[in-house]
Amino acid sequence: MKIKVLGTGCSKCISLERKLNELVKEHNIDVEIEKVSQLEEIMKYGIMMTPGLVINEKLVSFGSVPKDKQILKWIEEAK
Amino acid sequence: MFRKIEEKSLLSRVISNKIIIPILLLPVWFLLYHYLQNITDWIVFDLIGMDKTMHLTGAVSFFIFEVPKVLMLLTLIVFAVGIVRSYFSPERTRKILGGKKLFVGNVLASFLGIVTPFCSCSAIPLFLGFVESGVPLGVTFSFLIAAPMINEVAVVLLFGLFGWKTALLYMSTGLLIAMISGFIIGKLKLEKYVEEWVFNVKVGDNGLEDEKLTFSDRVSMGYDAIKEIVGKVWIYVVLGIAVGAGIHGYVPENFMAGLMGKSSWWSVPIAVILGVPMYSNAAGIIPIVQSLLEKGASLGTVLAFMMSVIGLSLPEAIILKKVLKIQLIIVFVGVVAVGIIIVGYLFNFIY
Repeated sequence: MKIKVLGTGCSKCISLERKLNELVKEHNIDVEIEKVSQLEEIMKYGIMMTPGLVINEKLVSFGSVPKDKQILKWIEEAK
Repeated sequence: MFRKIEEKSLLSRVISNKIIIPILLLPVWFLLYHYLQNITDWIVFDLIGMDKTMHLTGAVSFFIFEVPKVLMLLTLIVFAVGIVRSYFSPERTRKILGGKKLFVGNVLASFLGIVTPFCSCSAIPLFLGFVESGVPLGVTFSFLIAAPMINEVAVVLLFGLFGWKTALLYMSTGLLIAMISGFIIGKLKLEKYVEEWVFNVKVGDNGLEDEKLTFSDRVSMGYDAIKEIVGKVWIYVVLGIAVGAGIHGYVPENFMAGLMGKSSWWSVPIAVILGVPMYSNAAGIIPIVQSLLEKGASLGTVLAFMMSVIGLSLPEAIILKKVLKIQLIIVFVGVVAVGIIIVGYLFNFIY
């Protein structure tokens, strides 16, 4: 599984990335987390607010840091 | 069976604590707010027993009164704005503005700039998304000027410390500057000064449908807004009011009259130039400026300074460099700065 965090370095982007790393560690989930900061790349996902969260190439949220439970649910659904 | 579960969850959602707590807290809020001056007087004169004639007393009572007042206002307004913003999104705003003519588009964009969720760190994706979907450049600029300039933190601080007239003046002149500056930028046909790659970016479809939010979800977004915004700015507010309290108690009357008063014509442009690099501390600067106003600074100069602090920021100009050529950034900053200076002179002239 592959998770992407789309963001150019705003504070929410950083906290989302940190949160993901913690969650993955805590729940022993086998994923690859990639930070995407290239604007052209980010715009391909059609978002106008960062951070964006992409799981297996599917955008699941943008503009906010989702709750832990919600993130775990998305990961579960994508498995 | 499924239906029943759904009904139950719906019912529990409607009467959830999220909604009941704020409704119960509201009267408490109003009572506290209403009696804050009495409570302050009681603490300062009865509890601590301070002397009315001392400088320190003025400063302490200013601090004890203003800090809870501003923080209470801030919490209430940020909560309400958080709920209102849940009805707007950049996507929806972009759809409304797409293909709109100049002027009508500028007016709409300026108003939408107030209610659409915006963070200056998202300015670039937003700019790309707008331009790509056919929102005219000038209309996009109206949005980008209004969104940061007229934000809830600034308006609350102005309302709390200066009163509703100044807050209203700030909002209406800010809106006018956003509309007119965007209109001028649109008329100047500066599209050639947007970096070429911007027009080649393919903005994808995000594939997410508009979420159906319950009112309870929107209230949650109000709480999130409090956590995010009040959690971040409260320290600046407290520090700013502390410095303001010091000025309030110790700086002599009319101290600022020479420096930031009406009589000195250069005070308005200087205020604008000084304001540009001060962006991140707007919440702390407003209380300081309020105290200066009491010491003889003039309203126009103070308004111009504040608009420059909040609306024209160096970091934002640097971020925009990724998508705009330097000529366009200079025009953008120049047009807005001239607008702010005109507002400054206007109010110095009227009052």
